[in-house]
Amino acid sequence: MRVKIPLAICFLSGAIMFIQYFSRHPLAKAVYNGILDWWQIIFAFTLFVGVAAFIKSGLKSVSWSKARPSTGRKTDAPYKAISLVGLALMPILALAGGTKFGSPFLWVFDNMQAPMQSTVFSLLAFFVASASFRGFRARTIPATILLISALFVLLGRIPVADYFTESLAKATFWIQDYPSMAARRAILIGIGLGSMTTALRVILGIERTYLRGER
Amino acid sequence: MAIFDPTTLPTLVISLISIAVVLYAVISIKRGKEFTIREIPGLKAIDDAVGRATEMGTPVLFTPGWGGDIQRPTTIASMNILSSVAEKTAEYDCRLIYPTHDPVIMAVAQEVVKEGCLKAGYPDRYRADDIFYITSSQFGYAAAVDGIISRTKPASIFLLGTFEAESLIMAETGNAVGAIQIAGTDSTIQLAFFIVACDYTLIGEELFAASGYLSKNKSILSSVKAQDILKLLIALFITTALIWATIDPKSSWWKY
Repeated sequence: MRVKIPLAICFLSGAIMFIQYFSRHPLAKAVYNGILDWWQIIFAFTLFVGVAAFIKSGLKSVSWSKARPSTGRKTDAPYKAISLVGLALMPILALAGGTKFGSPFLWVFDNMQAPMQSTVFSLLAFFVASASFRGFRARTIPATILLISALFVLLGRIPVADYFTESLAKATFWIQDYPSMAARRAILIGIGLGSMTTALRVILGIERTYLRGER
Repeated sequence: MAIFDPTTLPTLVISLISIAVVLYAVISIKRGKEFTIREIPGLKAIDDAVGRATEMGTPVLFTPGWGGDIQRPTTIASMNILSSVAEKTAEYDCRLIYPTHDPVIMAVAQEVVKEGCLKAGYPDRYRADDIFYITSSQFGYAAAVDGIISRTKPASIFLLGTFEAESLIMAETGNAVGAIQIAGTDSTIQLAFFIVACDYTLIGEELFAASGYLSKNKSILSSVKAQDILKLLIALFITTALIWATIDPKSSWWKY
């Protein structure tokens, strides 16, 4: 029963979502919107579970009780403490001063959270540089072809390249539109087929990993 | 009001063909037909990755990425691999850390890891605290995972699931701490980053074939075979359309 009931629910949900996609009847739209609403409700409740687990784990880390060194809780403690303060502070600020322009909540968001997110995003530029340095080493013939193609694309995409020659820009677009696109589409076909068969496996009950790992 | 939407006819036909092919493959294998699956280095390396972490006394980190929720096939596929990784880590008594951005994924992952520990015969080695929700913010999640990688220095990192811009931030941090990294995703843009920064990358359908490859379950393997049959049909369709377009450039029946 522990397996059969979830499998039946999964099959019915999958079948209903599949059938409604091919219908323009108002009932199909209503069913679709109803399922989406249910999904939002389930997500909201699991968010409580997630936040509760986060608070529990954070409090464990910052508590004075002895933690096993292998768990890494001692090194996590300052970060967990800051995140717990942030978690408590933001709702308090929102409830006390609202979320409108000029409110303390928005000030914290604009001057602390947004810059921190931008900082992490900007790290990507340095990581792209270090990854490219490793990736574009001409050790083998395919790696050399990749390096030359990358150089063409890099040079062809900068505005100054147009002043020298038009053929460089043309070569860049040719690389992107033909060999690169062909490879991407081949991978995308594989991904599409993989996604579809995985979905079918789940709907038909062949794949049961999500049921406590049962296959 | 019409019940059927005629604009979806091509999708319906292709879906029915796909379902028929999958069912054919499942029935064929039940009748005793044997299918083999080629070796996938990224999946073969799972044992080595967990063994390395055990020997070095450091944890294994598994992240499903920030981009997807539980209904995405990529997340389901990553759960299949998590099940095997959890079994191995429980067997070797190695710590498994699973930070996630989605509380639903957290709940499913906890069940999958718990079952993995049970299958390995060590239910007491399941640590619920190590499978945790961090935040739904993309770069908040990336920063937190980077922090965990920098502090715990895992010997092995699995980046399997739906990734967006955070992919390279995590993969490069993992590379910087010297971790063996196995990655796989359904985004062709992020795949390029993973190929450069990780030791093994599951490309295209390899991520979805993992379940059959690792479990050796015949029914799942048959659906992997169905993928190959469908791929062959698509190749035939493209070749036919190509020849047709060369002979009759004005024709466009394949663009329905």
